Amino acid sequence: MTLAVLQHHLPVLVVLMPLLGGLLVAIIRHPAASWPIAIAAAAASLAGALALSREVAANGVISYALGGFPSELGIEYRVDAVNVLILVVVSFMALATLVFARLSVASEIDEGRQPWFYTMMLVATAGLLGMAVTGDAFNAFVFLEISSLATYTLIALGRDRRALVAAYQYLIVGTIGATFYVIGVGLLYLATGTLNLELIAERLPEVTSPRALLAAEAFILVGIALKLALFPLHAWLPNAYTYAPSAATVLLASTATKVAVYLLARYIFGIFGLHREFGDISGASLLILLSLAAMFLASAAAIFQNDVKRLLAFSSIGQIGYITLGIAIANSDALTGAFLHIANHAVLKGAAFMAIGAILYRCGSERLDDLAGIGRAMPVTGAVLTIAGLALIGVPGTSGFVSKWYLVAGAFDAGKGWLALMIVASSFLAVLYVGRIMEIVWFRPPGRVALAAAEAPGGLLVPMVALATLTVLLGIAAYWPAEMAHSAAEALLGVRP
Amino acid sequence: MRLDIILRVAAKFILAPLLLFALYVQFHGDYGPGGGFQAGVIAAAAVILYALINGQAAAERIVPGPLVERLVPAGVLIYAAVGVVSMILGDNFLDYDHLAHDTVHGQEWGVFLVEAGVFVTVFSSMIAIFYAFAGRRPT
Amino acid sequence: MTFVETLASEATRYVIVIVMVAGLYTIIARGNLIKKLVGLSLFQSSVYLLYLLPAKIFGGTAPILDDRFEVYSNPLPHVLILTAIVVGIGTLALGLALAIRIKAAYGTIEESEILARDAARAEGKERGA
Repeated sequence: MTLAVLQHHLPVLVVLMPLLGGLLVAIIRHPAASWPIAIAAAAASLAGALALSREVAANGVISYALGGFPSELGIEYRVDAVNVLILVVVSFMALATLVFARLSVASEIDEGRQPWFYTMMLVATAGLLGMAVTGDAFNAFVFLEISSLATYTLIALGRDRRALVAAYQYLIVGTIGATFYVIGVGLLYLATGTLNLELIAERLPEVTSPRALLAAEAFILVGIALKLALFPLHAWLPNAYTYAPSAATVLLASTATKVAVYLLARYIFGIFGLHREFGDISGASLLILLSLAAMFLASAAAIFQNDVKRLLAFSSIGQIGYITLGIAIANSDALTGAFLHIANHAVLKGAAFMAIGAILYRCGSERLDDLAGIGRAMPVTGAVLTIAGLALIGVPGTSGFVSKWYLVAGAFDAGKGWLALMIVASSFLAVLYVGRIMEIVWFRPPGRVALAAAEAPGGLLVPMVALATLTVLLGIAAYWPAEMAHSAAEALLGVRP
Repeated sequence: MRLDIILRVAAKFILAPLLLFALYVQFHGDYGPGGGFQAGVIAAAAVILYALINGQAAAERIVPGPLVERLVPAGVLIYAAVGVVSMILGDNFLDYDHLAHDTVHGQEWGVFLVEAGVFVTVFSSMIAIFYAFAGRRPT
Repeated sequence: MTFVETLASEATRYVIVIVMVAGLYTIIARGNLIKKLVGLSLFQSSVYLLYLLPAKIFGGTAPILDDRFEVYSNPLPHVLILTAIVVGIGTLALGLALAIRIKAAYGTIEESEILARDAARAEGKERGA
């Protein structure tokens, strides 16, 4: 195959690579062979995503008909400025996580189960990439379930018996969410006669029954909101993140919810429209309210956690609030901020959870009190945790600052100065929970655990430091990601078709 | 194990037609309702029936557990490989037009191979699920 | 419309909604992990019906083109639901497997008892520390 042919097939290859990798790992099922295959598959996928981003920037939307069927009948993979950003983020984080996984998985998971672990990581990645790349509503459901089933398995592989309960609860909630989504898609299909998102949007004006559409919208949005852990629907997330194996937590925290956010944005802007009124309230104001609740309540809950992973999990729920807030404000700057935050939060939360994973690798504990003075024993790990924490707050010079800056600018632009104030105010809550970690890690006298610990091995440090460096780089030289996020925002708003 | 003579005899009569019916459903998928999903479940039902009557150990002598666990991804691999082959032949992923000398036969071959992959995966998944639950030792 | 057709078009819709809500209620109201999965299956089954109801056309045959037939059923919903059923089986199998592992780890499959045992253990740890 020549390069041009390869180029043509990129939209499907990006998803196919991790899937094939996962299948190979499952067939060979040798602990030593699993990791190299997984790395190769993830690297190929990332290369494909990067090539796609170049092509989209040059030529605009790419459409790929699966099986050669016209888009009305078959499944269309559709890559534009919006989802190419998600593809790059997901495939990059998958690769970084897999690099980190080698030592972490070796210490946390039985040898016999390690190949299955890598299979599930790759299948989850393939599912998430598929959700992002597909332009077909039902195909998105299938990929959603593929990634979800793999995710439940990953969580259940955790060492604590509570991991089983967390996986079970997530399975119930996740399946309800996915089923809600598929009910909504069914109603849309009945109303429009097609499953292609573009064609649905085209045919919506002809639909005569507004009730069916309202029901479809309610089911789809609530279903997706369950998967992205939008504020009152977030109950599954803290336990799932806390008890999953470290590497699985890194992948989940940095990619799974982000892809669901993308799907939400796709439906809100591509199909339903944000400013639909439900009685007296509009969809936008409801989403703003829930986002604010997430930003304040989840961040406040994070302050009182005694388990670092759980603390960061609550912080994730709060950070998702910033992203949905950007979607709800819905102007160019705010959406740019939202998409930047998708990328930035993925990288910085990945770094933070990797640092926690490294501490768990060395100390076998992730209780906050056991981490006293750990920064002196593991200075690099502590530094990574600090950089990620500063970015969570939004300190200038880190990536978190850039995305919040765009969000604030968007809020002012929309004439909602009070929202900008809220963004800054909620950042103080982040100061509190990050400060709590920092105080324990750096300023407490080293405890029993810290005295016995040594710096994490290189295999864990390399991906961790790379992500932390990226967090700083994205804060100083934000041009390239900001440009990508901006074109994503413009594409969603329809300024640039 | 001694009082179940009716079950044993009945099972012997059912097993062969069951497998034959699975093949019928598999290959008749081109002309009527049927295909890999249904055929895979029916064929798996035959193995599961055998395991119910003669015990799981006997069933594992015919269809070993490790083999089943590798057949699950192998079936998906067949499916994906058909897609990759169609890409190499110059079509889109899973477009079977050039798998044979003309498009109609190409599509027929494509669907046939894909359904074979589906059969393998569904058949082995069902058995794997059964083995996993039935082979559990009380703790 | 004959009685059968009325029944098929109207009554089925009510049945779908009843099954859907019954499933959802079971998931929420029952504490037994297995019963929750039964509810989940009911809930998913109602969606299968939701898709299949409009796809069935009276007098329609399987959608394999032939000169003798003019009316065909819509194949797309059937295929979609075949996929959804497979997904449902996967979910159910995984859920049951988790229930078994939970039973082995906790000795119970009642949600309230599991939470109580976790709470008791956490308390014991605090006291021990």
